[in-house]
Amino acid sequence: MADNYVYAVARIRSLEISLFSNAVIDQLIACKSYENCIQFLQEKGWGDSDTPSDAEAILTKEREKTWETIRELTSDMSVFDVLSYPNLFHNLKAAIKQVVMGKTGANIFYDDCSIDGETMVKYISEKNYQSLPDIMQTAAREAYETFVQTKDGQLCDIIVDKAALEAIYQAGKKSDNVILRDYAESTVAVADIKIAVRSQRTTKSMDFMKQAMAECQSVSVERLAHAALNGMESICSYLDETGYSEGAEALRESASAFERWCDNRIINTIKPQKYNSFSIGPLVAYVLARENEIKTVRIILSGKQNGFSDESIRERVREMYV
Amino acid sequence: MFTDQLGIVYALLGAAVAVLFAGAGSAIGVGVAGQAAAGVVTEDPSKFAKVLILQLLPGTQGIYGLLVGFIVLSKVGLLGGGAAEISLQTGLLIFAACLPIGIVGLISGMHQGRTAVASIGIVAKKPEQFAKSMLFPAMVETYAILALLISILAVTSINV
Repeated sequence: MADNYVYAVARIRSLEISLFSNAVIDQLIACKSYENCIQFLQEKGWGDSDTPSDAEAILTKEREKTWETIRELTSDMSVFDVLSYPNLFHNLKAAIKQVVMGKTGANIFYDDCSIDGETMVKYISEKNYQSLPDIMQTAAREAYETFVQTKDGQLCDIIVDKAALEAIYQAGKKSDNVILRDYAESTVAVADIKIAVRSQRTTKSMDFMKQAMAECQSVSVERLAHAALNGMESICSYLDETGYSEGAEALRESASAFERWCDNRIINTIKPQKYNSFSIGPLVAYVLARENEIKTVRIILSGKQNGFSDESIRERVREMYV
Repeated sequence: MFTDQLGIVYALLGAAVAVLFAGAGSAIGVGVAGQAAAGVVTEDPSKFAKVLILQLLPGTQGIYGLLVGFIVLSKVGLLGGGAAEISLQTGLLIFAACLPIGIVGLISGMHQGRTAVASIGIVAKKPEQFAKSMLFPAMVETYAILALLISILAVTSINV
């Protein structure tokens, strides 16, 4: 029953007040140094009393806080699985490479998804694909065998990344929630456009693009790949014909403007959830908004650390949900 | 002879419909708004007073139903202890008079509850807009009042 989310959505509404608005992000950019930024974040309540004054520790703590809240609010976490697919498939890629190359040590796995690094490495080294979720099995086998035979990391990555996109798209299609459907469509379309743009820059072949792109409704893989072969301007003019004409504008502006548009597009997809009081939509939107916020703060912090000017940081900053 | 005795049954059924449906509407409305209010208070207890007022707005339909129920009971003499002689026609008239507040009370209570939930969302994010947020659920109230008016006018004008 839809009313099940009334309590949860009301809590999310209260929590949305503490999300960073564009004004707060401006204040953060205006901080003089990296240390000032950390102090500013701590004053805003980021991290915990026992979290060290270190960007990564604070950001990890904030992500944990988000998921803690969501777990308190709903017992049905299956809806949120789709949001953790990128991390889950990242773990698969990392595990395949670790198993084949035999190197260990570096912390390359995400822990906040259904299969953590250690388990994933165990499954892959035992070739126990059946224990993986259905959506991963074929891709895992194919990517592992390809990597063993060719040692081509990129090929292995595109097999897994495509499987991730297809999994997101299928999950969105199956879902009754409009927000998940829209999120899946936007994510896959934006990812396809990104692949086309990057392939054009690195002059990849048609076959490569078709191998990497996932089918979706709002853009045609065939036409996008053709456009990429004909140059950046053809990608832009194809995008002008679709619902992603703003992406074409961003692409004409600069590479970082385009990357920013890709994220803004997802945030704009979820914005209508601010006015929804009865479904799980606002919860999903809150998680995505928090991820976006954490990503933006990370961009600002690394910009400060590397001595970027305020202007060039601002160019990379994403639009906020509130 | 037997049908004459049915008059009082219909009159009482009317009172029951008024209290029952309007009360159910309010219970649903106050219940759903209460869930949202609890959500806001979990995060920010200082908003308790404001969200409580919004939660209670859908509660009025139940009171209107009760009012009409009382008028009917006193009209047919059940409250005083001696039931009046009520013809079948009068009983049915009283029953019909009770329908507006019963049905409109149920529907408006449910919808006022949903509007109150949305308004509690306003208070959660912009507490300074509390006055405006109260107006939206209050608009739904209009129709409950109109129904109450007709029910009262009708019940009081029936001669027993």
